Parts: sequence; structure tokens; C-alpha cells
Amino acid sequence: MIEVQGLSKRFGTVQVLTDINAVFAKGQVNQIIGKSGSGKSVLAKCIVGLHKPEEGKVLYEGRSFHDMEAEDMRGIRQEIGMLFQGSALFDSMSVLENVMFPLKMFSAMARSEMEDRAHVCLKRVNILDKDALYPAELSGGMQKRVGIARAIAMNPKYLFCDEPNSGLDPQTSIVIDELIKELTEEFNTTTIVITHDMNSVMETGENIIFIHKGRMWWKGGREELLHSDNKELNEFIFASALMRQVKKAMIKNG
Amino acid sequence: MSIILHIGRYFMLLRDTLSRPERVSLYWKRTVEEMDLLGVKSLGIVALLSVFMGAVITIQTSTNIDSAWIPSYVVGFTTRQSTILEFSPTIISLILAGKVGSNIAAEIGSMRVKEQIDALDIMGVNSAGYLILPKIVASVLMNPFLVMISMFLSIFGGWLAGVGTGIISTEAFIEGIQYDFDPFTVIYALIKTVVFAFIITTVSAYQGYYTSGGTREVGISSTRAVVYSDVVILIANYALTQLLLI
Repeated sequence: MIEVQGLSKRFGTVQVLTDINAVFAKGQVNQIIGKSGSGKSVLAKCIVGLHKPEEGKVLYEGRSFHDMEAEDMRGIRQEIGMLFQGSALFDSMSVLENVMFPLKMFSAMARSEMEDRAHVCLKRVNILDKDALYPAELSGGMQKRVGIARAIAMNPKYLFCDEPNSGLDPQTSIVIDELIKELTEEFNTTTIVITHDMNSVMETGENIIFIHKGRMWWKGGREELLHSDNKELNEFIFASALMRQVKKAMIKNG
Repeated sequence: MSIILHIGRYFMLLRDTLSRPERVSLYWKRTVEEMDLLGVKSLGIVALLSVFMGAVITIQTSTNIDSAWIPSYVVGFTTRQSTILEFSPTIISLILAGKVGSNIAAEIGSMRVKEQIDALDIMGVNSAGYLILPKIVASVLMNPFLVMISMFLSIFGGWLAGVGTGIISTEAFIEGIQYDFDPFTVIYALIKTVVFAFIITTVSAYQGYYTSGGTREVGISSTRAVVYSDVVILIANYALTQLLLI
């Protein structure tokens, strides 16, 4: 479980996040949603320790992350798997080397064991016979899946996904969403997905927080989301034509 | 950002870079790769420049000495001194700052804007150490070899041009390069080379590591890496010359 308490972050004079309080439960797909520029990625980066907040705490199983010694912080980070918006695969490494990289750095496995583990992860995300290819030779969807395989290589306790569907077609997006949901249940991870894709929210969102202008505007489940009377949240949810159709259908059906 | 902040951040990056590696074997493998990329692959340009610069130094020295009172071996002597004291350690380092420095800044800068450095940090890898330390070790080990090869080829180029154009005999040239030779000049050159190698890799890596934005900013970082490395090399050259030769 990850808990955020009174977190505030600013860059220079620009206040990006103000007094964020949230609990991200284990074994659930927790989602941080909001418009572009609302501060959701900054919140995620504060949670994983890439940014240090000016105020507030991030607690991993009750331990304050930013107050830890560097070694302990590294220990927590080795339990984090992260899928980046642009996949962030290492260009100079093949698919297999990318997935094996965290194992090479932190495990005491023999090379054959590392290869076996990497193949298990790649098989889990349905990437077969692509070991020798380089990231530039893969499609966007495949890069995301290799990114997920790398993220789960170390059996993470915490899985972060930053805009996992950006740049993907709707069908591939659903595949990625389902994969994230399945992996969360399978490995019982605390999963946090940062997204503005409403389809993804409706597919996988269990515990959702809505960030607006750097503040936590709303929190709840996906069922409550559609029935909320929060003006800003409704503007965000029903911005697309598809969601407006959903709203009309909901009103029509009472 | 003020220069004080840059200097402070540079030394903080150095502290992270020089901290204990997570996996020595993995770092060593990367160091060997970097030795090939930064050292062996620079051999061609270093050799070409050295031969031609040696040739030019010889011809220019010869054409500027037209007094009968100055013996002809002075041409060889001047070629040797210019090569060992300045050309090979300093000019070659400035050239390497252009070739190697821009490469380092562009590579690390691209990794930064593509979030690959964030990925390393989140995995718990010391990204500064993993990316920069092998480059420093590789350059510090390889550049002295490059400079020694440059010294030899520059003097060889001088002999080739001198004898080829008939401005000096082989005997006079060899007498000149042996005349009043002080082995400390080679040590002085190699000390400078090691310091310049450290400057090139760390200044360029700093520019790349703190790149923010997109491909345009990677280009800007790459240019800055070359310019700042050159400026710092020139300042260090002056300081080391005063410290070691006076």
C-alpha cells in the first residue's frame, strides 16, 4: 500500500501540486486521472522519488520514502516496476537485454536463469521470438509490452504506468489495459496508472483520484465516477463525443 | 541559472558518479565498450591530424628560419617541442572535445529526454555512475595512448614533409628531435592529457545529464559540451603549465 499525505510540490514560483492526500491499495488498479498539465505526472514522479516534494510524505507500507537513507530508498526502488509513456527502453540493448537489465544489476542469477526469467516475462506479455530485435524495430504497442515485461522482471510490489495507452490504437490500448489489470491481480501489486484515457478508466479503474489544477478534486470508484455531480470532473469525463453518448444513454435509461 | 549553481551541481554529479558501483563486472564491461567507442574509434582522426600538423609545423619553422646562424636541426627540435608540449596534448584534446564530448552529451541527453535515465533511477540504479563513470575511466585510460601515438605520428609527419620537400636532411632532423631532450616534457604532456580527458568526459556528461526538453535541447547540450569543455581545457592548460613547468 502507498499513502500520500499532504503532498505539495512547486517548481520555482509555480505551485504544481497542493495538499494531495490519497491511499493506493494493494491488488488494485489505482488511477490518477486529469487533464494534461493538471499535475498527475508530477504526482507520480513525487511518489516514485524522481521529484522531492516541498511538503508532505509518501509512505510505502508506512515508511516515509523521502526521509529514508539512500540505500533504503534504492531498496524500495528495486521493488518498483514502471512503464513509461514512451516506454523508455534502452536503445542500445536488444529486447532480451532490456528485460534482463534489472536482473543483471540486482540479482545473483546465472545468465541462463536470467534468460529464462526474461523469457517468462516476455511470454507473459505475448512477445515471442523478438529477443534479438532492438526497440527501434518494434511497433509502439510492442515497445509498451516489452516495457511491461521489464517492469515485472524483478517481481515488483509496486507497478507504475505513466499514460500506458498514449500513441496506441484503441484495440492495442485494451490489450495493454487488460494486461495491467491481470498482472495486478496475478502479482498482487499496488498498481498506479496515470491516464487521461476514459476508456482505460472505465476498463480498469478501481480506485480513482481526479487531479485538477494541482489539487485532488475527487476520489472514488468507476461506478461513482459517472454519477458524480462534480462540475470539473464531469467536464473532464464527458469531453469526448463517445462519453457524451454514454451520458445520453444513461439519462435515457434513467 | 548562475555559474555557482552549475558548479555546485557539477560537483554533486561527480559525487554520484564516483560512488561505489552496484555491479563492478557490468561497469567494467561498459568501460571496455567505451574504450572502443571513445578511444579506438578516435584513432583515425588523431592520426590524420597529427601527421599533417607535424608536416605543417616543420615547413613553417623552416620557412621562418632563414638565418645562416641558426642550425638546420632547429627545425626538428621545434617540431618535437611544439608537438610534445602543446600540439599533441592540448590541440588533440580540443579536437577530442569536439568528437567525443559532443557524442557523450548527445547520447546522455537523448537518454534523458526519452526518460531512460528516469527508468534507471526508478530501478534503483545509480544512473550517473552507470552512464558516466565508464566513460571517464575509458577516456582517462585511452587518451594518453592516443596522445603518445599523436606525438610519434606528428614528428613522423614533420620528418616526411621536411625530407620530402628537401628543406632538411634526415640526419639534421633526427639530431634536432634528440637535442636537449627532457623526458619530463612527455610526463607533463601525459599529465595534461589525463586532466583534459577527465574534463571532456565530465563536462560533456554534465551537459547531457541535465538536458531538459526535446531533440533541440539535445543539440544545444551537445554544442555547449564542446564549447565549455574547450574553455575549461584552455584554463586548465594555463594552470597546469604554470604549475608544472615554472
